[in-house]
Amino acid sequence: MISVQNILAFEKAGQIIEKYGYNKAKLIPILQEIQNEYRYLPEELMVYVATMLGTTSSQVYGVASFYSYFTLKLKGKYIIKVCDGTACHVKKSMHIRDAVRSYLKLENGQDTTPDLLFTVETVSCLGACGLAPAMTVNDEVHGLLTDEAAIAVIKDIQEKEKEQASHE
Amino acid sequence: MSETVNLKERAAAYQDNTKDIQKRIIVCAGTGCMAGGAMKIIARFEELIKAQNLKVTLVIDKHEDGIHVSSSGCQGFCQMGPLVTVYPGKIMYCKVKPEDVEEIINTSVLQDGVVERLVFTQKSTGKAYPHKDDVPFYKNQHRMVLAKCGNIDPHDINEYIAAGGYAQAEKALQMKPEAICALIMDSGLKGRGGGGFPTGRKWDLTRINESDKKYIICNGDEGDPGAFMDRSVMEGNPHSVIEGMMIAALAIGADEGYVYVRAEYPLAVKRIRAAVESATAAGILGEKMFGKGKPFTVTVMEGAGAFVCGEETALIASVEGKRGMPTPKPPYPAQKGLFGKPTVINNVETLASVPIVMEMGPENFKKLGTTTASGTKTFAVTGHVVNTGLIEVPFGTTLRQIVYNIAGGVTDENGNVSPDGFKAVQIGGPSGGCLTKEHLDLPLDYQNLTSIGAMVGSGGLVVMNQNTCMVEIARFFMEFTQNESCGKCVVCREGTKQMLDILTDITQGRATMEQLDLLEELAGVVKTASLCGLGKTAPNPVLSTLKYFRDEYIEHIVNKRCPAGQCQALKEYRIDPDKCIGCGACARKCPVGAISGERKQPHVIDAKVCIKCGACKDTCKFGAVLV
Repeated sequence: MISVQNILAFEKAGQIIEKYGYNKAKLIPILQEIQNEYRYLPEELMVYVATMLGTTSSQVYGVASFYSYFTLKLKGKYIIKVCDGTACHVKKSMHIRDAVRSYLKLENGQDTTPDLLFTVETVSCLGACGLAPAMTVNDEVHGLLTDEAAIAVIKDIQEKEKEQASHE
Repeated sequence: MSETVNLKERAAAYQDNTKDIQKRIIVCAGTGCMAGGAMKIIARFEELIKAQNLKVTLVIDKHEDGIHVSSSGCQGFCQMGPLVTVYPGKIMYCKVKPEDVEEIINTSVLQDGVVERLVFTQKSTGKAYPHKDDVPFYKNQHRMVLAKCGNIDPHDINEYIAAGGYAQAEKALQMKPEAICALIMDSGLKGRGGGGFPTGRKWDLTRINESDKKYIICNGDEGDPGAFMDRSVMEGNPHSVIEGMMIAALAIGADEGYVYVRAEYPLAVKRIRAAVESATAAGILGEKMFGKGKPFTVTVMEGAGAFVCGEETALIASVEGKRGMPTPKPPYPAQKGLFGKPTVINNVETLASVPIVMEMGPENFKKLGTTTASGTKTFAVTGHVVNTGLIEVPFGTTLRQIVYNIAGGVTDENGNVSPDGFKAVQIGGPSGGCLTKEHLDLPLDYQNLTSIGAMVGSGGLVVMNQNTCMVEIARFFMEFTQNESCGKCVVCREGTKQMLDILTDITQGRATMEQLDLLEELAGVVKTASLCGLGKTAPNPVLSTLKYFRDEYIEHIVNKRCPAGQCQALKEYRIDPDKCIGCGACARKCPVGAISGERKQPHVIDAKVCIKCGACKDTCKFGAVLV
């Protein structure tokens, strides 16, 4: 359904596509920028991108679903990526992920908290192997973790969010 | 922009601007040290030096005479970060905290002293090493590609130029393309990304193809778990990569370049983008290289998270905006690459080596390394070792030298040195194999590693101690490749899936000996029949662990026991009656009610009910729960 809100929502995507000169070969950077803007790739937007680039929506969906960077579901404000690269794995990073998940009360198959504050993911390697086990919260690296240290990082964010909410 | 670029003038201007700098403080700002608070340390230095009424400068754009505080790329000694080095004197401080900054300023900046408690001290001997070059971690290396990482400010193009940067690209401008290819071929430089194909030959094959348009792509899609050397080069010395690309472009006749960087490396993306911008602004890149040569422009593209894009043909598809799936070779990229045009794809480290080869000359470069592999190689040493980090050694260095002399030996679960702890090293990530005790003295090069079923790969070295289960490691890598298999060819897609299922069965104690045979058979099929490198190398970790640790597989299958005690499903939890005081804490924590017993009497675990979650072990304060 096309509403005023939708048209406004498409405007930013339109600017991004224009910036890349409606070039089909730039599909990946276009989707990356769109995702940075909207935090995920809604279906309507992918159709819109396909139309603007003169390609098919299956092409766009194919690319969006192929790469792990893209998400078709709305994610949390803070994306926690727990590293499961070799170095982190041998230092038991999955134990840390489980601790974080259980602290955030995430059920099986659920990656995002209902308040849309946190998403917990596993990545294959952050390249911070010297700091194993490591995780990133919105690209900020936290290394040499223990279960407690990882949860402390999340608690800090929760505090900060609470404080901000009370100011607003 | 058409003005001719004069490197000598720029270098002299930089020297002049810095000649009256009294002290220079370099704070390592690689990903590791940044996580340790490097930015806060830089801010603290700035603040405290200003408070002393001294001049402090962060950017050298005019003549300065105060104290220069700058950040550098990864210096490799990640375990000891954040690192702070004070020049002249090259005094290196480890694990620096913002609170330590004041003492460093008072002792080493205002005076010429050394803060003893912050310098590197060898645990085993108690000897302190204040001078950076004396630290065993650095002393036992041969840093060429990484030489400038950590000594220069990656944000400042002038510092790179002052250190001799871009001079080789300028030299290449005067050379014939075939002469550049011949020089690189003579040097014996081989691809550092894994395959080890001779770089000069790759260039020459692309050069001879006539075309109106050619491309050079820098492959920075370093996806191997446990490898981060390319990230460090892009973060620490991005201009060396660009210079390598320029020389490659001149050699093959390309006018456009792409740097494809993993999206998981935000800092590398930022630094290489900034470097391209400043090289373009300086007139080194652009319509005319150095304002006088052929055109060459560089675009930085972020990957989108697909391991298979490290494969040349998949990477090309990805740059073209398609799903990153490989295509059969031939045609090779040298014939039909990006947008159907002849293309050279080189790894980051390979390109960063090119200016070094040109500077040293092929003869001197060949003197390093072995007869079949010249030069040096960077390795990311991680896992159970004292000093994890990034190192560079000549080819032919043995594993023993790396693990014991540079990385400081193997550690146990608590991080303490364990002299007999060495079990294996996984080299080359999910495409590589494992090396055991018997390989400790094997000189590392392409040939030797291939001959024992491993490969140099990109250079990830994960050291594993006796408490590591090799079957679980094989399963871990198979899970990774299974996940990353793009799905195009059936053997890889389905074969890795079946192999993973069998490995999971083994680690969970459900497998039979027939399945082990099937696993080996499948490994052979996937290796032979897969389309691209991902599938062709995916069975390597399984095959090599089967070769060297077959008894561990058999132990899992026949006796349902994990010798390393790591496989959760094969663990048996029991309570030591001598240690148990009968507090009942574990019984209350047990989610399935498997623990029973009288108060103040030793409790017991019912193995039939136990789900092996380990909650009782974590709860017990008396260490009475045994595995």
